[in-house]
Amino acid sequence: MNVVVCVKQIPDPSVPGQLEADHTLDRSAKPILDESDSFGVEMALQLVDAAGGGEVTLISLAPNGEVSGLRTALAMGAAKAVLASDDAFAGTDALGTAKVLAKCIERVGDADLVLAATESSDGYTGTVPVQVAELLGWPALTFAKKVDIADGVVTIQRQTEAGYDVVQSSLPAVVSVTAGVVEPRYPSFKGIMAAKSKPVDNVTAADLGLDGQVGWAGARQSIVKVEQAPARLAGEKFEDDGTAAEKIVAFLEDLKVI
Amino acid sequence: MDFELSDEQQQFRGVVREFAEAEIAPNAQVWDRDHTFPVETVLAMGRLGLFGLVFPTEYGGASADFATYCVALEEIARVDSSMAITLEAGVSLGAAPFFYDGTEAQKQEYLVPMVAGEVLGAFGLTEADAGSDAGNTRTTANLDHSREKWTVNGQKTFITNSGTPITKCVTVTARTNSDTTGPPEISTIVIDSGTEGFTVMPAYRKMGWHASDTHELVFDNCEVPADHLLGEPGGGLKSFLRILDDGRIAIAALAVGVIQACLEQSVEHAKGRNAFGGPIGRYQSIAFKCSDMAVSLENARNLIYKAAWLRDKGRPIRRAAAMAKLYATEAAVRATSDAVQIFGGYGFMDDTPVSRYYRDAKILEIGEGTSEIQRLVLARDLGLPVE
Ligand SMILES: Cc1cc2nc3c(=O)[nH]c(=O)nc-3n(C[C@H](O)[C@H](O)[C@H](O)COP(=O)(O)OP(=O)(O)OC[C@H]3O[C@@H](n4cnc5c(N)ncnc54)[C@H](O)[C@@H]3O)c2cc1C
Ligand SMILES: Cc1cc2nc3c(=O)[nH]c(=O)nc-3n(C[C@H](O)[C@H](O)[C@H](O)COP(=O)(O)OP(=O)(O)OC[C@H]3O[C@@H](n4cnc5c(N)ncnc54)[C@H](O)[C@@H]3O)c2cc1C
Repeated sequence: MNVVVCVKQIPDPSVPGQLEADHTLDRSAKPILDESDSFGVEMALQLVDAAGGGEVTLISLAPNGEVSGLRTALAMGAAKAVLASDDAFAGTDALGTAKVLAKCIERVGDADLVLAATESSDGYTGTVPVQVAELLGWPALTFAKKVDIADGVVTIQRQTEAGYDVVQSSLPAVVSVTAGVVEPRYPSFKGIMAAKSKPVDNVTAADLGLDGQVGWAGARQSIVKVEQAPARLAGEKFEDDGTAAEKIVAFLEDLKVI
Repeated sequence: MDFELSDEQQQFRGVVREFAEAEIAPNAQVWDRDHTFPVETVLAMGRLGLFGLVFPTEYGGASADFATYCVALEEIARVDSSMAITLEAGVSLGAAPFFYDGTEAQKQEYLVPMVAGEVLGAFGLTEADAGSDAGNTRTTANLDHSREKWTVNGQKTFITNSGTPITKCVTVTARTNSDTTGPPEISTIVIDSGTEGFTVMPAYRKMGWHASDTHELVFDNCEVPADHLLGEPGGGLKSFLRILDDGRIAIAALAVGVIQACLEQSVEHAKGRNAFGGPIGRYQSIAFKCSDMAVSLENARNLIYKAAWLRDKGRPIRRAAAMAKLYATEAAVRATSDAVQIFGGYGFMDDTPVSRYYRDAKILEIGEGTSEIQRLVLARDLGLPVE
């Protein structure tokens, strides 16, 4: 079984982020593998392992030919990667990203399953996986906290507020997985060394036949303004003079939360 | 000349640091308090490939250079010396004898699972009356040719990793002369855990390294098959000297990790702790301790990478290993003492990691050749008529 994993390479969240004048994130520093995607990579490795054959291919849209996040996922055990990187991609919005990723999946050719995270850690629109599925005309199964494959059918447990739904579809399909679906492995030194020589297919907008449809020109969204979140208002304090419990209950009832 | 670790080594340092901070650091204090050998975490270090770094890929290792192994030891020791010594003893004392001296069959049986980090080997050199003077070994092993068995009698003192749930064997040095008149012939015998006549005594109560496993071992007419000889008959002394040369670089790397941690924690505390209206780091007596720590860290690290480089080039390393071990371990003891001082009363409390680092550091100047023995090696190397 061949699994494609969407892997976003994001600015290191432990370093305070900077915005560019056009309201996009400054991405000049070396990016890392989005932790959200490490779950997809691990899930894919386990599924291929359980299937007893096939390989895991990574796809990523990233500026400046960045591969450092991909190398981490390759070191975990993925076989190869497709990297879409081209100045023409600058300004690509979420739908544009989905177009690029869908083309990359077609380029890989033999995917039985596509995994992505439910949302990225830096953009978190949570829209890319379903858009990819729509563009490919494949079923989308979202918020998976468990994924099983048997006889050409994928079964997931979809996280809900009350518990989970069991959702099934035929393959090929796009599945978005939640954090914690599996425990991502640490890449070993052997894996890190092996990753050095694993193939990364670097593609441009033209290679994917997307000239003019992506980047600033193709974006249908624009970020108009970025503002600080309003500071939280001061709370109400109850001194405990023996009646605090009743006051708190009254307060919560007022809010209609109890 | 190139002072840079490769991109892959730097990436690997990041991975080991992440592992150490997520899997070890949060538990280190409790393991220390309860004297727990955390077998699951040791197995996880095995899955990460730490026990196989320096061994060839044909035995499941990574064929990494010695500096890569030093990086791993530094990063583990930065959060917990007990786990670092479990790794160091597992690799440099447990597995290395099989790598250097094992037959192909012995390598398959012992080295391969040790490289995978699924089992541990222990190294039994020291005895009650043979520590620095390891040649004074009293343990005997007699070969009965007709039954094709060795009979081992004697005891070993302070043996690391010898009684864990995943200990597979201990290699012991023993006198193998059939006639007792000539000079002692010292050979190495492999004794599997659980062999009849081999008793692992209860764990020692120690000053530090509480989460590391240390026992006295007793051999009472303990019989093992004839093919449990490791290396040449009489090759025991030469063999353990080579093993200890590598081990000394590794212990020095462990010390570097300790200094690194002390420096980071001291600087942070010196910036954040206020006294007399400002951070204590504004006092030179505090700040300069940190400066000195930074110098010793740099020196120690350069010494270990240089020694590791010499080793990988196949050059003689006795002197470089002795210098690295002597300098780095004494600097680590100083660093832990200064760090406790910088933390004041908090530094004496179990909740403050530097108190554990302080208790854990002293042994570094003793194990795998005391500081005195390193100075002896160096003085002899200088051609001095030292005793
Ligand atoms: C006008 C505009 C300009 C922008 N300009 C830039 C820019 O210059 N540079 C820039 O980096 N971002 C830019 N962005 C943001 C960027 O387009 C979004 O991050 C991207 O569309 C993905 O959205 P998301 O992160 O919210 O994805 P989500 O839908 O939250 O992601 C879900 C999952 O989809 C997969 N996925 C998402 N993005 C990628 C990817 N790139 N590669 C592989 N897998 C992925 C991952 O598995 C991810 O976890 C811009 C956005 C807009 C609207
Ligand atoms: C926690 C722990 C774990 C250990 N793990 C192992 C292990 O796994 N395997 C193993 O074989 N051993 C192990 N050891 C033993 C360790 O290697 C010895 O303790 C060490 O080599 C010193 O030997 P000794 O204790 O007999 O001290 P001694 O040799 O009695 O030394 C006492 C003092 O005399 C000094 N001295 C001795 N000879 C000379 C000399 N010629 N010139 C100047 N000074 C001298 C020493 O430097 C020291 O200061 C371990 C020890 C400890 C405490």
